[in-house]
Amino acid sequence: MATVYVNDQPVDIGNEKLNCVQAAEKAGVLIPHYCYHPALSVVASCRMCLVEVGEKKPDGTISMMPKVVPGCQTPVKDGTVIVTRSDKAKDAQERTLESLLLNHPLDCPVCDKAGECTLQDYSFGFGKAESRMHDEKKTPPNKPDLGPNIDLFTDRCIMCSRCVRFTREISGTSELYITHRGDHSEIAVFPGDPLDNKLSTNVVDLCPVGALASKDFLYKQRVWNLKTVDSVCPGCSTGCSIHIDGNKGVIHRLRPRANPKAQGHFMCDEGRLGYHYANSADRLREPSIRGPHGWTPVGYREAVQTAQQGFNEHSLRSITGVWAVLSPFMTVEEAYLLALWIRDFGKEARLVLGPVPREGEDDHYPKDCRGNAAPGVPKFTIRAEKCPNRIGVEAILKHFTGTVIGFDAFLTALGKGHVKSAFLAGGYLPTGRGHWFPAEAVPLLEQVNMLVVQEIFTSALSQKAHVVFPSATWAEKEGTFLNHQGLAQEIHWNSAPPGESRTDGQVYLDLLGRTGLMRAHQLRREIAQVIPSLSQLSTGHLGTEGVLPGEAPPVQSPKRKIPVS
Amino acid sequence: MAINTKDVTWVEPPQLGLLDQLYLPAIVGGMATALKHLLETVTGTGPDATQQYPEEKPKLPPHYRGLHRLNRDEKGRVKCVACFMCSTACPAHCIDIVAAPSPWNDREKYPETFVIDELRCIYCGMCEQACPVDAIELTSIFDLTGLSREQMIFDKEKLLSVYDETVRRGTDPVRTHSGKLGPASEPGEAGLTESSSAQS
Repeated sequence: MATVYVNDQPVDIGNEKLNCVQAAEKAGVLIPHYCYHPALSVVASCRMCLVEVGEKKPDGTISMMPKVVPGCQTPVKDGTVIVTRSDKAKDAQERTLESLLLNHPLDCPVCDKAGECTLQDYSFGFGKAESRMHDEKKTPPNKPDLGPNIDLFTDRCIMCSRCVRFTREISGTSELYITHRGDHSEIAVFPGDPLDNKLSTNVVDLCPVGALASKDFLYKQRVWNLKTVDSVCPGCSTGCSIHIDGNKGVIHRLRPRANPKAQGHFMCDEGRLGYHYANSADRLREPSIRGPHGWTPVGYREAVQTAQQGFNEHSLRSITGVWAVLSPFMTVEEAYLLALWIRDFGKEARLVLGPVPREGEDDHYPKDCRGNAAPGVPKFTIRAEKCPNRIGVEAILKHFTGTVIGFDAFLTALGKGHVKSAFLAGGYLPTGRGHWFPAEAVPLLEQVNMLVVQEIFTSALSQKAHVVFPSATWAEKEGTFLNHQGLAQEIHWNSAPPGESRTDGQVYLDLLGRTGLMRAHQLRREIAQVIPSLSQLSTGHLGTEGVLPGEAPPVQSPKRKIPVS
Repeated sequence: MAINTKDVTWVEPPQLGLLDQLYLPAIVGGMATALKHLLETVTGTGPDATQQYPEEKPKLPPHYRGLHRLNRDEKGRVKCVACFMCSTACPAHCIDIVAAPSPWNDREKYPETFVIDELRCIYCGMCEQACPVDAIELTSIFDLTGLSREQMIFDKEKLLSVYDETVRRGTDPVRTHSGKLGPASEPGEAGLTESSSAQS
């Protein structure tokens, strides 16, 4: 057991190998830092984390080093003494900030980072109020073409080199480098080799100032207007922990949320920029029913009743003709409720797993110089399975049907005319890869007597349905996703579903005839009791990092702020 | 929170003397004032108390807080840099801005739309205090009328036309900031280093 003294406060660091910044963080003390990032190598170039470090000898005497040292580069051991706010350390921090601000343009009013900028925060917390600089500031030209998603405001850069190290160590693509020397230094790309790797937008989050900006978010919102909720990216089975930043019911950006159990600190550009469909004005907004005179939009209650009546009637005629297709984009709770409703009609009602979208092979990072995955443990993986919750839906299906029946079984039965009533559950992301339901099978749906479809947008599939429920996106519902290794993570809603639509879970609750609102944590407790393989949901709370299979879940989740639009 | 009794100072009314207790001098003084005003009115020598509005417009002080205007820079473009400080400071939430990359080389950001709901506004002047580039100001135009709610929602063009109108009339409001403006206002100019030393 090793004890470190941070500003006279003893901290037990166990057997961990930490540096001063990390050890101080354990004590709840912030050592300001720019170039240090836990996922990147240490360069100690920004000099912001200068602190006084010494050692407490076994006889109780303390000997300090005669000068301040960079905290990020100084490892701690048993008896290390760190002093972060001595006159010497304060003086060093003040001077470092003054130096960093020499050429910084202070155009905070037009800078997108303002409000979450560590240069602002540290200037307030650790800096001096005035600068002794009399010369003109350098104003190197901006580089809007740094990459397809990235804009560089060259004059705001403080040369922490986090972005350069990211492209060298995490993505392995090495597009960025520092050109020139001293105060002429600039971040640059080689001609004809823009910053366009699949992880490139992470450099925007890494940038401690507003030098690197995301073109997608540029000038959309000021960050203090955004409401943040914790969620999980639905783009692939890696299940990256994310923040959804929205305002007034509109998603403005997704940011990775550091989670060592899921993906680490980063996320891919496809996931990050893949939210725009949720803001679309073309989404289905109200349930509708197809009658003899065509489509009529109806109230939510009427749609639920029509679906209930239809399934009741047809299940009495032929219980083996009742089918439900559960999509791997559903949350665990939704899959459970839908399976429960379908199985209410009889044991022979069929439950199948919808098509699992796959694209290519798992994409491991870092890359080597030829663009292949470098040897060693990958630091980030974009998975080929482009859905967030196949494992979770399969666990539900296994409980109800004993085995997971694939989508082919449904298509075969459809071809033979055995499908009499069908429920096609929603949540599939609209992507450029075409619609999830095979186009050649769509005409076969004519013979289904009762077809209920949940869709986000109108499609050939929804045109064949008898009842259409508008589906909610993942940013509008509560629930649980299980990623590729079975890590159960909570997702939370950022905005209400549009128009007359309800969340998918609420639709199933109402179909089941249960009263009340869909409460994910209560359903998690119920599911864990019914399905032993999902015992990790037993307390109903999964914490911020999620729970792996076999792990004990936390008793209470941290209080969550409900976004106010 | 209750007031601490030791912070309370009791003030007694002044004692009246013999003359004050008679009240006669006060009555005579009051009558004299009334008589003076009567004579002034009858002879027409006193100041006019009534203004003949609307034929005669009042002359308001230049710091009066009336209708907003959006200022133009020296090239005639909107001076606003779309920093959202005004809409953040606004207690009535009446300012709505959509920002975009500016079409000009010397500026990075500009307001694509800038809308003030003049019916919602409480004319507190927080927006002009918050503005780092003195782009929004309250003018002394107070007689704001409209036939519909839509007419009272002022967009960027309308607010710029208020600027043109006040400049033509010569009724510019007083500047809210003293000294130089922030660097976001005057990029690349010589004044930048002097002002930035005060700001950094």
